[in-house]
Amino acid sequence: MNNTYQAVMNRRNEIMKKSVGIDYTKYEQTGIGFDYELMMNSQGYNINKIKQIQSENMVGNTPLVELKNITKYARKYTKKGYGARIFLKDEAANISGSFKARRAALAIDKAKELGFKGVIAATSGNYGAAVAALAAKAGLRCIIVQETFDSKNICQPEISEKARKCEAFGAEVIQLSVGPELFYTFLKLLEETNYFNASLYSPYGIMGIETLGHEIAEEVMGKAGKYPEAVIITNAGGGNLTGTARGLKNAGAINTKIIGASVNLYGLHMASDIDFNKKSFTTGHTGFGIPFATFPDRSDVPRSAARPLRYMDRYVMVNQGSVFFMTQALALLEGMERGPAGNTSLAAAFSLAQEMREDEIIVVQETEYTGAGKHIQPQLSFAKRNKVKIMFGNPLDEIPGKNIIFPKNGSYLKYEEISMDNLRKSYLKKYKNIKLSKEDYKFLSEELRVDISTIKDII
Amino acid sequence: MIDKGTYVRIRRTLLDAKERSDNLPSETKKVPYKMWVKGYLLKEADLFDIVKIKTITGRIETGRLKEVEPPYKHSYGDYVSEILVLKDIIINDMYGENNE
Repeated sequence: MNNTYQAVMNRRNEIMKKSVGIDYTKYEQTGIGFDYELMMNSQGYNINKIKQIQSENMVGNTPLVELKNITKYARKYTKKGYGARIFLKDEAANISGSFKARRAALAIDKAKELGFKGVIAATSGNYGAAVAALAAKAGLRCIIVQETFDSKNICQPEISEKARKCEAFGAEVIQLSVGPELFYTFLKLLEETNYFNASLYSPYGIMGIETLGHEIAEEVMGKAGKYPEAVIITNAGGGNLTGTARGLKNAGAINTKIIGASVNLYGLHMASDIDFNKKSFTTGHTGFGIPFATFPDRSDVPRSAARPLRYMDRYVMVNQGSVFFMTQALALLEGMERGPAGNTSLAAAFSLAQEMREDEIIVVQETEYTGAGKHIQPQLSFAKRNKVKIMFGNPLDEIPGKNIIFPKNGSYLKYEEISMDNLRKSYLKKYKNIKLSKEDYKFLSEELRVDISTIKDII
Repeated sequence: MIDKGTYVRIRRTLLDAKERSDNLPSETKKVPYKMWVKGYLLKEADLFDIVKIKTITGRIETGRLKEVEPPYKHSYGDYVSEILVLKDIIINDMYGENNE
């Protein structure tokens, strides 16, 4: 078998088809589009079945806690009558310590059903731990492929921790240097092992999160007699946002605003050997959030089930210093040591809540476990060793890779808006010189949640 | 000499710099693409030899022997004075300067 880079990449479609158990051509339409809902609805799962699979696997039904002290803190900076109640879904309580277990539970269920002997996932983050834990529980073998080192063999501490955790669950961890060729290695492994591709972007990877949105809608209704006004979701590959939003809508919370939040890593190149260890966040950042929103099919499956622009009402970002600040505040004021990356949406919620009325509710929909390597202490220590300056001041002055700026007090913690119009423009750029049919426009209109005339105007 | 059956970590170059993907930043394009993996040594060898290992899932991998009985080295890191300042800010914001 020819295993050169190009030869393997050329075989990607057949490798994918065999390893995901989905024939994506069934959902393709004649032009640029595909039938998204048909793809999601054809995999043999519904919300009740998903809830059952998850509850049998120690996944889901995590506590929803009201952060009364953090709400009180946010209200110090509002005029009277403002400052929404902030609730937090403690997803760290899932098996493996993050919401990613919801995604893995379904992927593993499908792998088992289809008779695969093992699973492979390409991830440096919590998803690897989730797949490894659930594979262990299901008696499947597991390989996790991580982007880990720069060319000086320096490893992101958070990724070292994830490798340790995956190995604790019996997985084989393959660690790679910086670069998108991870996908090449991933394909070669799928071919070599005939294992299941537990992609983050398959319908299973997204439908597993729908229970999270469902639980939030039901629990807030139970506690407050209404659906939350807003749910804020840390956004990277778009799956967390897509699945949560679908679950909320499925439960009836159709007017709840869906807000994405990412850490601002503008200026750092995700494939750069130098920038790799200059960042303090390996996920939840704009370096994934924006490209995956504007071109979802860049993922490791032919058609990504994570399509955040179909659901997102607003997209905001916060700097690294603000997320560290809120991570510390969560520990100091609420007694919850979590994150930091999962606290991106919490940092944004602290600022957003100040613009909302005090009888309104904003739900931060995740937390993640913390520990050696992941915790803010090793993260900041690592940043300093990589010559990133730690400062206090206005977080909006932070330059990713050069410094980390903590708010000099809570009043300085402010989100920044990312323009939805610019995201749509960026999404549509690739269709500038293509003649589009009526069906194509309809697809784009669904993808971007704007009418056809707006699409025509943008193009 | 390292005994057969010892748990080790190997490193292998998967792509030389010139074989790497196009569209890479120049600093990435000029360095080789490498893989690290752990497993049991199939034959006795010396450090830095090219060896074969059996991984935990039973795959056979080849590469240069870099580490014997590889430890986990990540930790809670060094002392970071700024974290203490951060805590003071949050407590002062919430409860005032003179909180005891």
